Amino acid sequence: MSNPNSGLGRSIGFNSLLLGVFALVTSLLLASTYLNTRDRIAEAERLSAQSGLLELYPATSHDNDLLDDVLPIPDSYLKTLGLRQPTDIHVVRKAGEVVGFIMPAVAPDGYSGDIDMIIGINADGTLAGVRVTRHKETPGLGDKIELRKHPWIRSFDGLGLGNPPREQWTVTKHGGIFDQFTGATITPRAVVHKVRDALLFYSEYGDQLLTATSGGRTADDNLARDEGEQP
Amino acid sequence: MSSLSYGEIAYNGLWRNNPALVQILGLCPLLAVSSNVANALGLGLATMMVLTGSNLAVSLIRRQVSEAVRIPVFVMIIATLTTCTELLMKAYTYELYQILGIFISLIVTNCVILGRAEAFASKNTALSSAFDGLMMGMGFALVLVVIGGIREALGNGTLFADMDLLFGPLASGWTLHLYGEGEGLLLAILPPGAFIVVGFLIALKNAIDSSLEQRKARTEVGEKERVSRRVRTTGAIN
Repeated sequence: MSNPNSGLGRSIGFNSLLLGVFALVTSLLLASTYLNTRDRIAEAERLSAQSGLLELYPATSHDNDLLDDVLPIPDSYLKTLGLRQPTDIHVVRKAGEVVGFIMPAVAPDGYSGDIDMIIGINADGTLAGVRVTRHKETPGLGDKIELRKHPWIRSFDGLGLGNPPREQWTVTKHGGIFDQFTGATITPRAVVHKVRDALLFYSEYGDQLLTATSGGRTADDNLARDEGEQP
Repeated sequence: MSSLSYGEIAYNGLWRNNPALVQILGLCPLLAVSSNVANALGLGLATMMVLTGSNLAVSLIRRQVSEAVRIPVFVMIIATLTTCTELLMKAYTYELYQILGIFISLIVTNCVILGRAEAFASKNTALSSAFDGLMMGMGFALVLVVIGGIREALGNGTLFADMDLLFGPLASGWTLHLYGEGEGLLLAILPPGAFIVVGFLIALKNAIDSSLEQRKARTEVGEKERVSRRVRTTGAIN
């Protein structure tokens, strides 16, 4: 009676041990691959995040680290920008002066879901540029919002809230100044409206952003800066 | 089974038993990422790497692993190799990794890999198993690249676009523009296009196979006829 039991027991024990050994060996392999690639992956992720920002503000236009120089977006404005979780605004500075800001925004009303973008707004409220970072729009129709497919997204450069007037911040079909694509109106309209929202956000909150960016300096610096802005 | 020569293994993987065209395995990633050559080649190479590695590993441990825990051990090996490949791609071809995304980790569920581990590697020597993995992977990758090429050419009017994601900045000039941009057949890039192209490829392979068979049959018949005619001729002379 004890014989078959112990045989079964031995076989279970052996197989468990075998599985355990394999789990250990494969985990070791995984751990060593992870440790060996960790730094490179972090570097690649950083470069990738940076390359988008650098498209809006090339290396010559600033001298700070765009990835690290950030300000949080206040919760009350997250919805304006279409963001679902707290995200940061990147500050662009050159020689201590704030050149502009890069903020993420999500247009939720694309033809097939969210359109993620980054929007660069100069300190004076004009657009430095807009880039789409992720979307699921129809290839060949809506995907012309990508710069590598079509230069359309550049038509935002240099525009601002008063230029064109607010009611023209839409596609031409609806009386705006922005071209729609043949066969695709919804996609460009979603982008245009979200860029307009970002500009509205900046017109309301921009002053606070500009004040906040001097937060890291000494009181004297702040004072000097405030005085300098008076005239 | 173990007596298969390398030539037969190669012929099996690349043509007769091609994972994508004959076994119709791993279609999910095949259809999803084959919208251009660069994506297709990226996933094809990754699959080939995992398949070769898993076949080699499974074959090396085939005598140590008992029947009962065979499958969990295979799955563990395949999952580890897939994750390692994923980490390596993330480290060295990050942009491509972002495009292929989840389909790299889905290699683990590609039936070709567990199938070859079970059907071939667990019964054959390490060297021929690794070679089988390489050939099966290559057969898969070749089909993937051909589909990618056809879909890219029809849908986008380009070939080899975005190859720099795979081969670095050197390859950024490899793009061939076949005709005006954006005038392609949109259907080819959309998912139905993938199904249609795969269907045509399978049909083409079958057509080639059957025409080869017919020719073979015809030459055999011809030889027989020639022989019999000669017999008759001799008979007539006599």
